[in-house]
Amino acid sequence: MILQAQVVYNLGFSFQTAILDSLISIGTLSLGCLFMVGSLRYYFPENNRYIYLLAWSILLAGIWSLFLKWVLLKPLGQVTGYSDFLLHSLTLRFCIGLLVTGAVALASLLYYSQQDQKDLEKRRTESEKMTRDAELYKLRQQLQPHFLFNSLNSINALIGSRPEQARHMVQQLSDFLRAVLKREENQWVTLGDELQSLQLYLDIEKVRFGHRLDATITCEESTPQMKIPAMILQPLVENAIKFGLYDTTEAIHIPVHASTEKALLLVSVQNPYDPTTHIPKTGTGFGLSSVRRRLYLLFARNDLLETSTDQQIFKASVKIPQPS
Amino acid sequence: MIKVILIDDEPLARLVIREYLEAFPQVETLQECNDGFEGVKAIQQYQPDLIFLDIQMPKINGFEMLELIDHPPAVIFTTAFDEFAIRAFETHAVDYLLKPFSKERFSKALQKWMDQSGGGQRQASTSEILEDAAMSPSQRERVVIKNGGKIKIIPVQEIRWLEAADDYVKLHTKDGAFLKNKTMGYFEKSLPADQFVRTHRSNMVQVKEITRLEPYEKETWLAILRSGEKVPVSKTGYSKLKIVLGL
Repeated sequence: MILQAQVVYNLGFSFQTAILDSLISIGTLSLGCLFMVGSLRYYFPENNRYIYLLAWSILLAGIWSLFLKWVLLKPLGQVTGYSDFLLHSLTLRFCIGLLVTGAVALASLLYYSQQDQKDLEKRRTESEKMTRDAELYKLRQQLQPHFLFNSLNSINALIGSRPEQARHMVQQLSDFLRAVLKREENQWVTLGDELQSLQLYLDIEKVRFGHRLDATITCEESTPQMKIPAMILQPLVENAIKFGLYDTTEAIHIPVHASTEKALLLVSVQNPYDPTTHIPKTGTGFGLSSVRRRLYLLFARNDLLETSTDQQIFKASVKIPQPS
Repeated sequence: MIKVILIDDEPLARLVIREYLEAFPQVETLQECNDGFEGVKAIQQYQPDLIFLDIQMPKINGFEMLELIDHPPAVIFTTAFDEFAIRAFETHAVDYLLKPFSKERFSKALQKWMDQSGGGQRQASTSEILEDAAMSPSQRERVVIKNGGKIKIIPVQEIRWLEAADDYVKLHTKDGAFLKNKTMGYFEKSLPADQFVRTHRSNMVQVKEITRLEPYEKETWLAILRSGEKVPVSKTGYSKLKIVLGL
């Protein structure tokens, strides 16, 4: 500002004129830059970032110059020679404006993209940690010891009376455990793979509760090739079985259905429940909240897991954005 | 003849016990039950000497089922995995079978019971177990009662207030009042302390049901509930309420 005042003063204008000119010019330029930085915070294009910034700078510098021409003449129009000086210096002023706004835009681009990078990095590490924790937790708790020991007990029973079936169940249990262990390594799997191990799990549960449990898996034609984070569905089905089987004494049906909604993969799991004895708090127990948390960490969205109740049916549906 | 009943929601789990029992011709299996409701009925009908009881079952668990029976028979508990129950069994030296169990382990448990049969001691430890089991996380969320011939499950959130009534405690809910054969002390221990306050020697109130407190007689108050019911509050009860309400 002082520099500009100096220049104007040296060109033969009064001290007062010089100060006023520089005050208005630099003041409005600073305001313009602040406005640009603020708006860049809210919108930053993915592609053609530099062209976007250049356009911003040219536009801002242009508006600023025109604005100066208009506003400076008001108080200073009477000063001899000032209006001529102003017209001649406009191009120069435009160039200076462009330089300043360009520099500011570039600086904010660097700052914001670094900030984004940091956020992304933080979310990613947190998500990785969560998955690991969830998987470990699953092996210890969720892949419930209860499930494992009861399955072994069923096998024990079958060995005496139906050895062939016992052998079959040992096979199913091994395949399921192997799938669970393998999934520890892969973040993303195809829906087809995920449903296959779900089917194994359901088959084992059917041996245990044969008379009471009926489960069907259906999916639309295009879905099996779609991707899904490993082990997202398992807790939903476990939850459905737990509340379906332990909340009623009748036979229950658990349908699992996969479809697409726009570009999203949509999987829903339903189970009957008893509204008179159901305690809502437990309905969103560890199983569902861990799924919700994982989805948030992966996609930064809270709306991907939805639950609803309709009379005596509890429904949980999960939407999975597809990786590009 | 020893009369037994098997209670387990998994048919294959019962099949194992039935098979192991073949080695004991003096034992007669009267019935197999799929859940606690069938269990209560069968026990009342047959008055068995011994039951084999699973813990995790639909609707009501093994412990809750036992609570509903006035004079429970001897029990051998069977469970696959329940850290809480196992701890309770250990503390009270009650015999239990961890699934899957061997024929030898099963025979040992049954033989031990037959040797000390008479069973007065066992009866006592069963009731102690139930006191303990009431502290388990799942059981602190609801109360199971027998109402005429029907079994009712009351989520604790639905209990407005409790009132001592001789050897029972009367639970007041929106569907009316129900009796449970427990003491106020028992409920004071098992209900969540931040939601239920012992306001008087003979009653307890769920805090969120209270709309206001009115002075009544000297150093006593009345808690007015949302339902309009009025519950006496003693001096000590008043100071407990003040703490929970943050006054």
